[in-house]
Amino acid sequence: MNRTLLFFTLTAFTGTSLAQTDSSLIKRIPADTGKLHMNMDAIYNRPFLQMDKLPVSIGGYLEANSSYSGTDGVSEGLSFRVPRLSVFISSTIKKRIKFLSEIEFEEGGREIGIEFASMDIELHPFFNLRGGVILNPIGAFNQNHDGPKWEFIDRPISATTIIPSTWSNAGFGVFGKYAYNKWVWAYEAYLTNGFDNTIIANDKNRTWLPSSKQNTERFDESFNGVPLVTAKTAIRHRKIGEVGISWMGGIYNKFMEDGLQLDARRRVDLFAIDFNTTISHINTYINGEWVWAMIDVPVTYTQQFGNKQQGGFLDIVQPIIKRKMLGWEKSTLNIAFRTEYADYNVGIFKETGENISDHIIALVPGISFRPSQLTVVRFNYRYHWETDLLGNPSSRTAGIQFGFSTYF
Amino acid sequence: MKQNLVLAALSLAIIGLIACQKMLPKTPDNDEILDGPVDGLSNSQNAQFLAGDIAFNDEVFSPEKGLGPYFVATSCGSCHAGDGKGHPFTTLTRFGQSDTTGNKYLQYGAPQLQNRSIPGYAPEQIPAGASSAKFTPPANTGLGFLEALTDAQILSNADPNDNNGDGISGVPNYIAPPSFFTPKWYHQSVGGKYIGRFGKKAAAIDLLHQTVNAYNQDMGITSEYSPYEPGINGIEGIYADNVSEPEVESSNVLNVVFYLRTLKAPVQRNQADAAVIAGKQLFINTGCANCHVQQWTTPFSDIGALSNKTFYPYTDLLLHDMGSDLDDNYTEGVAKTSEWRTPPLWGLGLSKNSQGGKYFLLHDGRATSIDEAIKYHDGEAKKSKDLYNQLSEAEKQNLIKFLESL
Repeated sequence: MNRTLLFFTLTAFTGTSLAQTDSSLIKRIPADTGKLHMNMDAIYNRPFLQMDKLPVSIGGYLEANSSYSGTDGVSEGLSFRVPRLSVFISSTIKKRIKFLSEIEFEEGGREIGIEFASMDIELHPFFNLRGGVILNPIGAFNQNHDGPKWEFIDRPISATTIIPSTWSNAGFGVFGKYAYNKWVWAYEAYLTNGFDNTIIANDKNRTWLPSSKQNTERFDESFNGVPLVTAKTAIRHRKIGEVGISWMGGIYNKFMEDGLQLDARRRVDLFAIDFNTTISHINTYINGEWVWAMIDVPVTYTQQFGNKQQGGFLDIVQPIIKRKMLGWEKSTLNIAFRTEYADYNVGIFKETGENISDHIIALVPGISFRPSQLTVVRFNYRYHWETDLLGNPSSRTAGIQFGFSTYF
Repeated sequence: MKQNLVLAALSLAIIGLIACQKMLPKTPDNDEILDGPVDGLSNSQNAQFLAGDIAFNDEVFSPEKGLGPYFVATSCGSCHAGDGKGHPFTTLTRFGQSDTTGNKYLQYGAPQLQNRSIPGYAPEQIPAGASSAKFTPPANTGLGFLEALTDAQILSNADPNDNNGDGISGVPNYIAPPSFFTPKWYHQSVGGKYIGRFGKKAAAIDLLHQTVNAYNQDMGITSEYSPYEPGINGIEGIYADNVSEPEVESSNVLNVVFYLRTLKAPVQRNQADAAVIAGKQLFINTGCANCHVQQWTTPFSDIGALSNKTFYPYTDLLLHDMGSDLDDNYTEGVAKTSEWRTPPLWGLGLSKNSQGGKYFLLHDGRATSIDEAIKYHDGEAKKSKDLYNQLSEAEKQNLIKFLESL
């Protein structure tokens, strides 16, 4: 009931705003493209709508798509989905105190969650406090995940199934940036609530960090009383691009309750490296991320659940036409290609000494049309090979995907 | 010009959507995969097959769903990828019985070792002095046909005293039935025991018996048929987890049983290949077919698709003495420690596709090629093995090609 009320309230607010876009009361605050932005700035670097002199701005984005896919010749037919509708609300409380929240309605409202809701207090450009529900800065995608920014319909598998994007938690931390000439260096460090036992006690039959996302109590209390530490540093050059290195780690299991020892303390640690660049004279955009995960799985459990995982993606986007098309000013037609990999169980079988498989490889060529920078119409062809734990012949899945994503 | 390019790109997208069926991976040939139902199921039977398929292959047990606390695998599909033979990763260990008088280690958690445990628990250990054997999970295909056979049909191949003098004396394993076992019209009781058909030692009488044991012994999942957690040190229940019993609904168990009954029989490949034809003749000439009986015909079955069907499993479902090399000093029922049930050979050529790309053959996976598996045969199979060893290399290859076509 509360969710429904919240949904209709926000929808009504959004609808009212959109209906009045042409009114002088409403003005669009475009994303700030003038500064040297980094992935860590993605949450603020979004278009917002502001009503008259109200101190609150709103925005959001919608994704909708259709797919026709099949595995080993068995098709599920054509289906349509609205994977997410996100609504942002931001406010500058004082000149150096900001509030921003993002509420996401996933799968047509089946899941509604506060993805981000934090207050930032600037003490110095190099030293800011942030608290609330924050996006853990592991990799780049987790922070910079808005649908309209991507030329691909599916989110990268490594960034959603090894790093459980979008992964946010209640906590506090600090961040800052230092700019010098064409360089900017940034850091972030947070203590938050974190994972739980379900990463190795789930019905996926593999170590699965996203299982912890089902535990919404992490916004209310820690599962085991030990904070998850997330730290990231990144450096960007105006012409060369950005490189980020990040780590997230902590105890994931309930090792003690009511003063009684239940299990050993078991850690989960993720290391990620991300980068992006634009080859200036041909405008080719290259974006990638790789993550390694180490999970302390009890040796007496089952090797079905891996204690190491790794994966990543590489996106190449090439604008081929950038001009007025079909009546759209400054529209762009891109071709794009993604290659991605996720290995959920890096290791060898104790019984045979041979490699454990359990991995996915995917290739995704695509075409995207951007009538404006706020909107993207995407057409992808996805082909992926999934190999089971034992390394048996891969199952092959392919699909045509068509959809759009737009800020509003 | 550029506008035309945009239109061309959009047209391409639309054409792609129309042609999407062509862009999907093709269906594997029916003879290249082991899973799939028998022909002739009704719509309602298809629905039950599908429910069983999901319960068998997709239902994963976590500690919250009752896994363990002691277990071997987390799902049925973990041991039987693609419904084929299993991998050493999920090989079972049984212990505690070394003669026909029964298992002396039941109070220590026998007969099956649960070598894994959920966090916070220590897995079971084999007690000192107990003998043990490893059992590789078998393929599931065609089991319904084997279950449909009558005891009389199985007994027709038994020759306990080797009256025909061929050196082969197949015997049935008689098993004390579990409390939930209901004899069918084709079962024959001998002193309250029934012929076992499934398992390396033929210790399971029917597929419900096999399935209930697998849920309980392999995954630590209780059912109304087997309501206690697998015991450790014989103290059933004391080490139970916090999940209320039964941990799997009876409907799921019965759907899995129906799924196993109605999985298709493997389809032989390359039957017209000259090498395969020659290999089949050598298989008969060397006496392999005396135990690996080629052809059976089912009687009436309550599942129409299994009624009066001729099928080719290459087993007699009887126990045979396989010699000292394959004697692990462990047994079940009234089988001797050197006796093993003749394993069906159908689907043998597809085993590598479920065993990670290589063979793990014989009861414990010790043979990594068909040739090696044949050479491990001894006891009642010694004569056939010797004849195989006398074949030329080309003849051996033909025989192996035949076996790989099954």
